[in-house]
Formats: sequence, C-alpha cells, structure tokens
Amino acid sequence: MPIYGTALLSLCLLTGLTVGRMIGAALGVNADIGGVGIAMILLILGCDALQRRGLMKAPTESGIVFWGQMYVPIVVAMAASQNVLGALSGGLMAIMAGLFAVGLSFVLVGVLAKKGGKEESPS
Amino acid sequence: MSTLESVFAKNGLLTAFALIGVTMLVSYWASEKLTRGRLHGSAIAIMIGLLMALLAGGKSGVADVPMLSGVGLMGGAMLRDLAIVATAFGVRMEEFLKGGVIGVVSLFVGLFVSFFAGGAVAFAFGYRDAVSITTIGAGAATYIVGPVTGGAIGASSEVIALSIAAGLVKAIAVMIATPFLAKAIGLNNPSAAMIFGGVMGTNSGVMAGLAATDPKLVPYGAMTATFYTGLGCLLGPSVIFMIARTFF
Repeated sequence: MPIYGTALLSLCLLTGLTVGRMIGAALGVNADIGGVGIAMILLILGCDALQRRGLMKAPTESGIVFWGQMYVPIVVAMAASQNVLGALSGGLMAIMAGLFAVGLSFVLVGVLAKKGGKEESPS
Repeated sequence: MSTLESVFAKNGLLTAFALIGVTMLVSYWASEKLTRGRLHGSAIAIMIGLLMALLAGGKSGVADVPMLSGVGLMGGAMLRDLAIVATAFGVRMEEFLKGGVIGVVSLFVGLFVSFFAGGAVAFAFGYRDAVSITTIGAGAATYIVGPVTGGAIGASSEVIALSIAAGLVKAIAVMIATPFLAKAIGLNNPSAAMIFGGVMGTNSGVMAGLAATDPKLVPYGAMTATFYTGLGCLLGPSVIFMIARTFF
C-alpha cells in the first residue's frame, strides 16, 4: 500500500527533525541543524534495507515517489508565499547586501566546483 | 460569488493544488512554445509564483489572501521538507559521501563569504558598530540567521528588519539567477550541487534554484543547505561577532 511508503518517509523526516533539534540544543542554538539531511540519509538506508530483504513493493515505493514528484509544484507554492514585497521594501542597503552575497557566492561555487571536479577526475 | 469564495477558502489545500497545477501547466507550455525549452518550465513557474506573491503584497505572499491561504500550507515547511526528503529516494549513499568533504568546506567558506558581503555593504552604508555589521552580515547568510544573530547580540529592531530583508533578497535572487548561471559555474553534477547548497545555504533559494536548473540535483544541494542555517545561527553570535568586534 502507498501509505507504507508515505509513513516511512514521514517517520524519517520526524526523526531527522528531532535529531536536528537535539544537535542544535546540544550546541546551544534554538535551530534545527541538518534535520532534512539526516532524514534523507535515514530514507536511503531504510529503503536499502527493505529492498535487500525484498520488502519494498512497488505500491510502497509509489507512496514515496509521489511526494518526490510533487517537489517542484510545492516549491512554486513556496515561491508564491514569500514576502517579496518585504524584500523589496527593505531599501537599497538590504537589496545590495543580499545581491552582493549572492554574487560572491556564485563566484565561489564556480571556483570550488572546478576544483572539486579536478580532484575527482583521476579516480 | 461568496459561495465560491467560501468553498475555496474552506478547502484551502485543494484550491492550492488547483492553482499551482494551472500555473505549472501554463509555465511548461510557455517554456516549450515561447522559449523552445531554453528556459525550464519550473523556472518560469517559480518566477510566476514570486510575481503573484509580489502582487498580493502580503507577508506570506498570496497565502495572505484568505481564499488562497492553502498555498501557504502547500508551500510551507512541512510539505516542503517531506517532498525534499522524498527526492533522496533512489539516490545512492556513495554519491553523498563523494561530495562530503568539499560540501563541509563549502558550508564554512560560504557562511564567512556571506557574512563578509553583508557586513561590507553595511559598512559602506555607514554602519560602524560590530553589532549592526554582524547582524546585517547574518541576514546576508539567511533571513533566519539574521534575526537569530541580531537577537542574541542585541541589535536594534530596525537593523534586524534590514537583515531579514537582505536574506529575502538573497533567497529570491538565488531562485531567479541559478538557472541562468548554472552552466557558467559548472553546476551540472552531484558534487557541484552539494557545493552550491553549502555555499548558498538559503534553503528556499537553493531548492527553487536547483528545481529550475535540474531537479535531479535537488537532493544533493538540499543535503548541505540543511546544515547552513543552523551553523549560521551557531557561528553568527559567537565566532563571527568576535571577529567583527576585533575590527570595530
């Protein structure tokens, strides 16, 4: 049943968010550190274990795949609920600070990605 | 008319599914017919989404319109995180491990670069105290790191508001610019996506930017970006504030 897949997905996320909060609390910040990343690792490991035991049936998979395919529309809904007016009404300084950070970051990604690519190529 | 409105408002999530579905349909059609596939359909959809949010003008974009409140639920943290984690289905663990080291490096370097960029702009606009400069720098990291850092080190509410605005500008700029710059920065493989997530850090920006570039890269960028805000909240009021204080 698809709900098995969706339940597994939800459990992974709930666990990840809990662990992320606990890591945050341990470091003294009131924020989630890496919750989604931990959930992704749990999902990969969980699915792997189920597949090896032959317990991962196609309907179960569809309960996970559906949500992955809903990703882009959900992101569009997220874009539509951003405070775009707030961003623009923050004035020139806020706009400059945001844009300067983005510009430098793009350059940095380019540099690191090329470096990473070179290190990987011999292997 | 009021009957229709109340049905839409009471079934907010369904209204959101219908509205976003139509948006996707129009966007993919426009991508194919008007740009011959050069601009990805999801990139157009995200820009339409941002435009709708601007026109609605609320704090939560179109979700502030009562009839469209379901868009806020559909695009909110819960379903967004669920969908993100689901994209990791079918990804092999080795792919994450391969980009792991450079991913961690990019997180730290990216945070410092954003703090520096925001702080430099604050300085250029006449701010000379470490608290304000750090807070605006934190906002240039993400719109969550800004207020958390500002609150912790005692920034004024005006400066905190500016830091949130800077973070919002960053998120939106990443959403729009990524599909156009992806090729130039070599953003076409899992490792590069992990670097991208780590350096940019802004969750919404990274997620939308990668979705508009190549949805296959989403889990990799999300993996590193998920650590950014937390790490920023950790380093902002501590290490980075201390560095700022040695200068001002």
